[in-house]
Amino acid sequence: MDSRVLQTWELSLWRGTEEGRFASYQVPCRERQTVLDVVTYVQRHIDASVSYRFACRVGMCGSCAMTVNGVPRWTCRTRIAEVAQGNRIAIAPLSHLPVIKDLVCDMSVFFEKWTTAGGAFVPTPGATDNFAHIPPDHAARRAADAAIECIGCGVCYAGCDVVGWRPEYLGPAALNRAWTLVNDARDGAGAERIAAVAGDAGCHACHSQQNCTRHCPKHLNPAASIAGLKRRAAAALWRGGS
Amino acid sequence: MFAASRFHARNHSNYWAFMLHRISGVALALFLPVHFWVLALAAKSLNGFLVWAHQPLVEYAEAGLVLLLALHLTGGLRVLVLEFLPWHNWQKTAIAISGGVSLGVALVFMLNLT
Repeated sequence: MDSRVLQTWELSLWRGTEEGRFASYQVPCRERQTVLDVVTYVQRHIDASVSYRFACRVGMCGSCAMTVNGVPRWTCRTRIAEVAQGNRIAIAPLSHLPVIKDLVCDMSVFFEKWTTAGGAFVPTPGATDNFAHIPPDHAARRAADAAIECIGCGVCYAGCDVVGWRPEYLGPAALNRAWTLVNDARDGAGAERIAAVAGDAGCHACHSQQNCTRHCPKHLNPAASIAGLKRRAAAALWRGGS
Repeated sequence: MFAASRFHARNHSNYWAFMLHRISGVALALFLPVHFWVLALAAKSLNGFLVWAHQPLVEYAEAGLVLLLALHLTGGLRVLVLEFLPWHNWQKTAIAISGGVSLGVALVFMLNLT
């Protein structure tokens, strides 16, 4: 899509809460425009009552995720020309989360699930006495490293069909976080965390569809993290754990 | 409005593998009771059943069933590999192997028909 030959984007923007409708706007095309740029244009030049979230605009904060033409994406790093169908673009809030207004979701459930999955680091007794010695090439360290860069944008959660089918499912992001801590030698809550993620709504609910891995804007692999948790949970069961 | 884009969001090999595994499982669940029922009938009047079962359409349908069984079996093995072996980026390879083996089994079955 070459934006130079287009004059305007035909934008459909979700307005309202759970009950709402798509409203149409026309936004002038610019070079290297992002989806977030277009939403911002609407808010600043057409209708100031449009609600949406963003902060850093450079793919660090994870606050600007939306559903763009049916696909969950971070909007600040998504060029509109790469995802528009012709000059048409539909922007909606993330799926599987309550809509507060327009493009703003209530992320509470999403982050509560991080807590439920044991997402908080629990230091081992004596951990403050000295630095932990963890070689950079240690297998557990590498596993944690591969999953640690999550920005909590909720794209994987919105893209996961299992979350849609079973709203109590902890979801890819929370389980991915748990996997980083399971691989953290300094953490002292390994058994409790495995018990927390091995329930009905935990890692075993995953069908390995791998939409999470497909859509993660940071190119993380939550599906691999969840598979890792499944192996740890099975091993704990084999050893006679919970 | 989003039907096409809903498809686009899921149009990748791992989701196809999931769908094939699920559809073959449901199809087998529907087929197997009928299969056992026919077996029970066949025990009573085997000759009549064998004549029926040798119609070309029935035989090709059987090849489809063999394909479903093979897809569900190899798809299940793929899931076991995915969940119990350390993660490797061989997902597409695993899907290709399970699909290829299934097709091969179905084709060998069809060769045997002639």
